[in-house]
Amino acid sequence: MNPKSGVEIPIEPERYELRAAAPYRFDLDRREFFKFLGAGLVVVSVLKTAVVAQESGGNRQRRGESLPKDIDAWLHIGENGKITVYTGKVEVGQNIRTSLSQAVSEELHVPVERIEMVMGDTQLTPFDMGTFGSRTTPTMNLQLRKVASAARDVLIGLAAKQWNTNPQELIAIDGKVKEHAGERSIEYAALVKGQQLTQALPAEDPLIPAAEWKVAGRPAAKVDGIDFVTGRHLYPSDQKLPGMLYGKVVRPSAFEATLVSVDTQKAEQMGVTVVRDGNFVGVAALNSQLASSAAAAIHAEWKAEPQPSNKDLFDYLRKNVMDGKDVTGDGDRFDTGSVDEAMKSADHRLQQTYTVQYIAHVPLEPRAAVAKWDGDRLTVWTGTQRPFGVRGQLAEAFHIPEENVRVLMPDMGSGYGGKHTGETAIEAARLARAAKRPVKVVWTREEEFTWAYFRPAGVIDVSSGVQKDGTITAWEFHNYNSGSAGIRPYYEIANQRIVFHAVKTPLRQGSYRALASTANHFARESHMDELAHAVKMDPLEFRLKNLKNERLRAVFEAAAKQFGWGKSKSAGRGYGMGGGYEKLGNIATFAEVHLDGKSGEVRVVRVVSAFECGAIVNPDGLRNQIEGSNVQGLGGALFEAIEFSNGKILNGRLSQYRVPRFSDLPVIETVLLDRKDIPSVGAGECPMIGLAPAIANAIFDAMGTRLRALPLVPNGLKSS
Amino acid sequence: MATIRLAINQKSYAVDVDPQTSLLTVLREHLDLTGSKYGCGEGQCGACTVLIDGKAQRSCVTRLGSVGQKQITTIEGLAQGDQLHAVQRAFLDVGALQCGYCTSGMIMSAVALLKKNPSPSEGEIVDFMHGNICRCGTYPRIVSAIQNAAKNGSTTASAKGGSR
Repeated sequence: MNPKSGVEIPIEPERYELRAAAPYRFDLDRREFFKFLGAGLVVVSVLKTAVVAQESGGNRQRRGESLPKDIDAWLHIGENGKITVYTGKVEVGQNIRTSLSQAVSEELHVPVERIEMVMGDTQLTPFDMGTFGSRTTPTMNLQLRKVASAARDVLIGLAAKQWNTNPQELIAIDGKVKEHAGERSIEYAALVKGQQLTQALPAEDPLIPAAEWKVAGRPAAKVDGIDFVTGRHLYPSDQKLPGMLYGKVVRPSAFEATLVSVDTQKAEQMGVTVVRDGNFVGVAALNSQLASSAAAAIHAEWKAEPQPSNKDLFDYLRKNVMDGKDVTGDGDRFDTGSVDEAMKSADHRLQQTYTVQYIAHVPLEPRAAVAKWDGDRLTVWTGTQRPFGVRGQLAEAFHIPEENVRVLMPDMGSGYGGKHTGETAIEAARLARAAKRPVKVVWTREEEFTWAYFRPAGVIDVSSGVQKDGTITAWEFHNYNSGSAGIRPYYEIANQRIVFHAVKTPLRQGSYRALASTANHFARESHMDELAHAVKMDPLEFRLKNLKNERLRAVFEAAAKQFGWGKSKSAGRGYGMGGGYEKLGNIATFAEVHLDGKSGEVRVVRVVSAFECGAIVNPDGLRNQIEGSNVQGLGGALFEAIEFSNGKILNGRLSQYRVPRFSDLPVIETVLLDRKDIPSVGAGECPMIGLAPAIANAIFDAMGTRLRALPLVPNGLKSS
Repeated sequence: MATIRLAINQKSYAVDVDPQTSLLTVLREHLDLTGSKYGCGEGQCGACTVLIDGKAQRSCVTRLGSVGQKQITTIEGLAQGDQLHAVQRAFLDVGALQCGYCTSGMIMSAVALLKKNPSPSEGEIVDFMHGNICRCGTYPRIVSAIQNAAKNGSTTASAKGGSR
């Protein structure tokens, strides 16, 4: 078997994944459901299209018939009062185990501590495409609110029936149903005792308005935080099974290399299992040291084709466009008005090119998996943002039905869009099949740097025309390779031509926190600054002149106020801003940099972000996400870049690839705009996009040098 | 192979491994003390930090043979029963974690810092913690957590040995 020949999961959600249909078919019948969960009450959340299809009594309590298909979450209240929520979403550090618990707690009127979330287990939870694209808060959070709210209504109904009273005279509070006026009260557990009730989610259920939230909308501590500060939490790489072996894969000499010959004789004499299958060569041994020594003892010869390097990167991207072979169909080209005419009649014209390098996710926990076979049934514990996607990859790789594969995803050591695929799962499973024992594979940092995938590099050409009064009249924007997320301007521009050019990529690339939005906002917001200077306008005033979107104006204004935009500055200081709109959130970030005239060192000393994502669910978690975005974003803005040459990564270690550390930390201030009248959306990605242009613009303000390439100052923090 | 005796979290262990094996591998693989994490294997990220005689050390680059009878404290040995160490408590109170993978290393480094310097300035915290990476970017909160722990006193420290 060659793992590379297996199904390749598309790894750029903005362009591919969200178009995939949900293949989930739920085939448990009601009786099996309760056998598995125990008696009580089950409320299932049915996808909207499915609700319509099920109208024949679909909103009633069900007895006897099978459950609806296309469920995306369910909640169970057991006879012991235990509340369990099942969702295919996964926890990767973005803290949704807590924020989803808050949502359920709010609607069901039970303390957060009484709720258990079962997440990302392909056997126990409904199908989910994956945890990416900041989709959990706008979709799953809302679904679970509705599920919990429906459960509450069922419980009130049960009590009303028992007491022969009107449900409107009853309220749910602290895990009980009580009489408004009277004395009677009954625990949820007692209400569901001996019951086998199921309820599909009513389409219209009044939710508690955000303004009346008591649990959600307030800071909540990480629900199982104590396991993390005591080292008890078991991450994917901490999993261990009885009799488990440790696996190690022999890596090709370069990307796309094919195996010419291999000598495994020495390794075989070391008492380990050796597997050679197509291009796959690996070993499984009693301990990880022996596995490493045995893998090192294998002599393999590889053949690789010549491949491009960093120095040719941007030329290469321009020359390898796949125009006309557009796989996405839409969203890649947008035209309005007449750009050429408007450009001709503009008072000022500006044409500039911006570039971004490949960067790595560097999740602190590298990819890891433990695989175990029982006959032709496979169980894998692995760190991934797409447990159901990895299940599909495993089924494909081993030619077994998906029903035979179970993937479990213990809360993992982060992903940032970098763990959509199942490499380690396949490797561990291949070795386990040969060894006939469970096998664990944990990638080294070097493997993670080399054999995962990268945030795409890109070249962006921007041409624009502007009138003397600051009105932008023409905007032409070409993005080569980095992606189309956030490609369209939110500024009011009558004439636009926006094109994304897909490219035959030199490196394996995929999703990343905010993905292309960072590159597109860097180009756009840098260009806006350049235009403001061209017409001698204040950059904030210039943006607001061309911006009608009220929510975006509000964050720019709020951040400017907190930052003190317009205040005087001493020599060597510079101020800049950047902002935009992504995944339904709105961000404006202002940065202050300090340039040391002697050493040439540039330091980001202060960052102020204003963010608005509708009604805030967990303000503390939200602040944490925004601060984290700004810290992580410093790396891509200032110094992160993958160096590669001829199919090899040249800086694939943490001693060679610089990520932000404590000492890079600016003062970070966060302003939250809470719009209780607007549905909540996610915040894991959007807050990142304003930082890079804010820093670039501040550097220009400080030293008059316009930097148009990310990373801006890769050689330490020296000015380049 | 030789039998090597180790003193970890005030317990005595015997392991049969090559003395060249890293302390991290022994903790995780042989003793199931998986609270210490692998992040880089070259002492660059601090996820594997443990205390050896009270000093913060990167267990991924510490050879077992060099440890001898020194007292090792891992994240598992920090709390006294249900009583969390002040630094652990502060990380929870401040919410100084997202994915939490760096957290045990951060906490162990912070404990070592506070043993040496019970009321560090922000600059001293940043300098000492420089070798620990949090990829989720929770640094500002970790600084606050360490300041909180310093304020509340980290006297419940269970780590033995000298100061760094």
